[in-house]
Amino acid sequence: MSEGTGKAMSTTLPVLTPNDFASDQDVRWCPGCGDYSILAQMKKVLPQLGIPREKMVFISGIGCSSRFPYYVNTYGIHGIHGRAPAIATGLKCVRPDLHVWVITGDGDALSIGGNHLLHAIRRNVDINIVLFNNRIYGLTKGQYSPTSEFGKITKSTPMGAIDNPLNPLSVAIGCEATFVARSIDVHIKHLGEILRRAAEHKGTSFVEVYQNCNVFNDRAWDYATDRQTKADTILELEHGKPMIFGKNRDKGIRLNGTQPEVVTLGNGITEDDLLFHDEKAPEPTLAYLLSRMRYPEFPEPIGVLRDIERPVYEELMDEQVEQAIRTRGRGDLDKLFMSGDTWTVK
Amino acid sequence: MSTTIDSPSRTRPMQIIESATVRLAGDSGDGMQLVGNQLTNTSALAGNDVATFPDYPAEIRAPRGTRAGVSGFQVQFAAEDIFTPGDEVDALVAMNPAALVTNIGDLKRGGLLIVNSDSFDEKDLRLAELKSNPLDDPQITQNYRVIRVPMTSLTRKAVESTGLSVKLADRCKNFFAMGLIFWLYDRSLEPTLRFIREKFGSKPEIAEANELALKAGWNYGETTEIFASRFHVDPARLAPGVYKNVMGNQALAWGLMTAAARSNVDLFYGSYPITPASDILHELAKFKNFRVKTFQAEDEIAAICAAIGAAFGGAMAVTASSGPGIALKAEAMGLGVMLELPLLIIDVQRGGPSTGLPTKTEQADLLQVLYGRNGECPLPVLAARSPADCFDVVQEAWRIAVRYMTPVVVLSDGYIANGAEPWRVPRLADFDPIPIHHPTEPNDGDRFLPYLRDEKLARPWAIPGTPGLEHRIGGLEKQDGTGNVSYDPQNHEKMVHLRARKVAQIAQDIPEQAVFGPSEGDLLLVSWGGTYGACITAVQECLQQGLSVAHVHLRYLNPFPRNLGSLLGNYRRVLVAELNLGQLRMLLRAQFLVDARGYNKVQGRPFTVGELVEAIHQHVDELNGQGAFASPAKEKEKVRT
Repeated sequence: MSEGTGKAMSTTLPVLTPNDFASDQDVRWCPGCGDYSILAQMKKVLPQLGIPREKMVFISGIGCSSRFPYYVNTYGIHGIHGRAPAIATGLKCVRPDLHVWVITGDGDALSIGGNHLLHAIRRNVDINIVLFNNRIYGLTKGQYSPTSEFGKITKSTPMGAIDNPLNPLSVAIGCEATFVARSIDVHIKHLGEILRRAAEHKGTSFVEVYQNCNVFNDRAWDYATDRQTKADTILELEHGKPMIFGKNRDKGIRLNGTQPEVVTLGNGITEDDLLFHDEKAPEPTLAYLLSRMRYPEFPEPIGVLRDIERPVYEELMDEQVEQAIRTRGRGDLDKLFMSGDTWTVK
Repeated sequence: MSTTIDSPSRTRPMQIIESATVRLAGDSGDGMQLVGNQLTNTSALAGNDVATFPDYPAEIRAPRGTRAGVSGFQVQFAAEDIFTPGDEVDALVAMNPAALVTNIGDLKRGGLLIVNSDSFDEKDLRLAELKSNPLDDPQITQNYRVIRVPMTSLTRKAVESTGLSVKLADRCKNFFAMGLIFWLYDRSLEPTLRFIREKFGSKPEIAEANELALKAGWNYGETTEIFASRFHVDPARLAPGVYKNVMGNQALAWGLMTAAARSNVDLFYGSYPITPASDILHELAKFKNFRVKTFQAEDEIAAICAAIGAAFGGAMAVTASSGPGIALKAEAMGLGVMLELPLLIIDVQRGGPSTGLPTKTEQADLLQVLYGRNGECPLPVLAARSPADCFDVVQEAWRIAVRYMTPVVVLSDGYIANGAEPWRVPRLADFDPIPIHHPTEPNDGDRFLPYLRDEKLARPWAIPGTPGLEHRIGGLEKQDGTGNVSYDPQNHEKMVHLRARKVAQIAQDIPEQAVFGPSEGDLLLVSWGGTYGACITAVQECLQQGLSVAHVHLRYLNPFPRNLGSLLGNYRRVLVAELNLGQLRMLLRAQFLVDARGYNKVQGRPFTVGELVEAIHQHVDELNGQGAFASPAKEKEKVRT
């Protein structure tokens, strides 16, 4: 679309294409980086949202993924390390009309920016947070990250990491996120669908994307992306459907007491014995249980773990403003100055 | 007994005095701040000029009766223009022995010492770490006029009819003390009675008890003969107008709202609670019907980052803190400089370093706000000089922020933030608009260049929602004009110079520095921020004493007013008075190669006029080849340089 049609548009939305969202900047991620795929899917999804491009804002922190805003032709801020959720929160407080994405990584979101992440989520600011999880610090050339596995050998952990890793989805659910999902950089159709649903959710959407860093942590997600094994290592969640997986669709997840277990269908075990996915469950218990399922004991769930409604922060803020104006009248500074005790000097 | 509120009987001679300085001191739970505020408001309503100095511990409830738990409130009310809460105290109210011993040093010889004699038993003395009763100490009984009032028992008796428990009854004794002081200084009880009804309206028995205690205190003064005379301070000869009493943080909040109104924009205030800045948040949170949005962030960093986001969205964005919080905000302040967005950063300074003295005042953040960031990171810096001045300074800061597209720092301090003074009420119509321009059209043919600058070197403030002007900004170095990421060495140098020049040339857009006193002479006293009152008063005194001395008080600390350098050269000596170890002095020496001397104090307390007068005398005597000035004033521990 040309700039002209954008401005002339009044009643009908212009038809946008992925190319409309390409900025004039050269993309500088390493060749083969998973980020390219996420960018491509984002550019495909954005034109489908029916939102004018000038209403979109991409905000990021620091790290490879945080260069993202430079490559999308919308409004954007490449912020400072870890603070994108705070910048986005302030923007949404004064401009609820905008459609805001936060692009972040495992270090940016869960290490230096952990505090802002949890508070943006608990406030339920209407933003879409996409966490590119490659389980490594890429931009600083290969130190372990808060999602690196225990024992991980990196430049900064020559004898292995001794920190217990964080599970991004568990963190988000712990903050009672209203939308929690996971996808994988190379599962492009699934990724596109998840990004679209995140965009459409009102409130904070939290999406973890398994993203391969082919330079510093190559094949970290092989088990989830390998054509030979992924059917057995990934559980694709569908709302209202039993949790079935496996190349032959013959395995499922059953609840044994309070613990999930993998069972094989047949021999008296039917679909009705399995856990049915309910992304609308008001309590986060099921979503949390799913987030704890890790390879190799379990297939790892992808898709939407949770999608519920709760009042949105910036709307509550606006409502208080409107309520104050309704009950007290629009503020008048001259009246305020003269309020309380005054005296006159002649 | 007839009430004495409306037509005070004149059973005692009434002395007309020019000014009075009263300090109320008690346990931090005794309600001394409340008494002080009421005395201040009532005096202001009586037309006096007033200046206050609340001084309280950082602990909410320090151990009862201890010296650490003493909370004080000093107020000067006067029939003339005053700028300070007074050096020496005419009357000291001490609710317990700890309050007495920690404050007696500031009481004038022959001054009134009014004590609650019910709280001087052995246990009270032990808590105050006293071996003997100071009321038996000849040093005290001979040097001061000691008035013993059994306030606790008199208050209990006065409120008996309400049936309140002893514990609750005892809480009313501050109102008893207030009533007595109001009688002594011929103050009307009416504003306080109104206050009691408003504040305790939902608890009628408490309201009644406080009212009874207040009146009992008044009547005690009236009926007993322990005071030889009463005092009256006439209204001050202030410029005509309507006045009200304002505190610094309140005036600052109202100034922000006024600036937003002048720009016809919504105010966004991102903040994390910190002493002594929190009252700005409390004040602004009241005014949602002015479309003020307050955001209590998860931390200091989020507070400023949210403000940056709001600025990007087109709001008037403000964040405030005190020194420790400003330290946390440093990286984001740098981002603000790089993004070139308008933003106000307010630092209500307190004693440092680290947690330091949260409730005490200091001026030691000047270098922090100027230089406490990575890289060449220039920011305009302004400082408020008094509680009412906070109202004006933030508006001027916003004017600069918008016109130059830059974050601006405003320095306040604990002393002026919590201090109060009369403020001549303006009208919104008196102020010019502060125009904001958000472009809607490309500025370079078909293209929009986010860093294309105008004649002031300001970049355009295009906001999301504007079709065709989509752009990305960020903390990486910008290519001049396009704002694209650039690692080009020549471009970086150019941009560093551009950002520096943009801030430096604000000097052309601010008033020349005014001088109080002769335009040349022996000594120029230079000050900034909340020390204004003490400094101007000291210079006034020295001029009256015939000294050749002038005063410059800086509002603009970066850039300095364009005539400042030449001004400094008009005096034989430049003396810089600061509540730090010489931060402004260092800047003046570096920028103007002037041999500026310092008068510095870091006790968490403001300057007294007396110590400044003494310092000025010393320097002038030294210049004129005389020995050190022998001052009768008490020697105080201070850092001299």
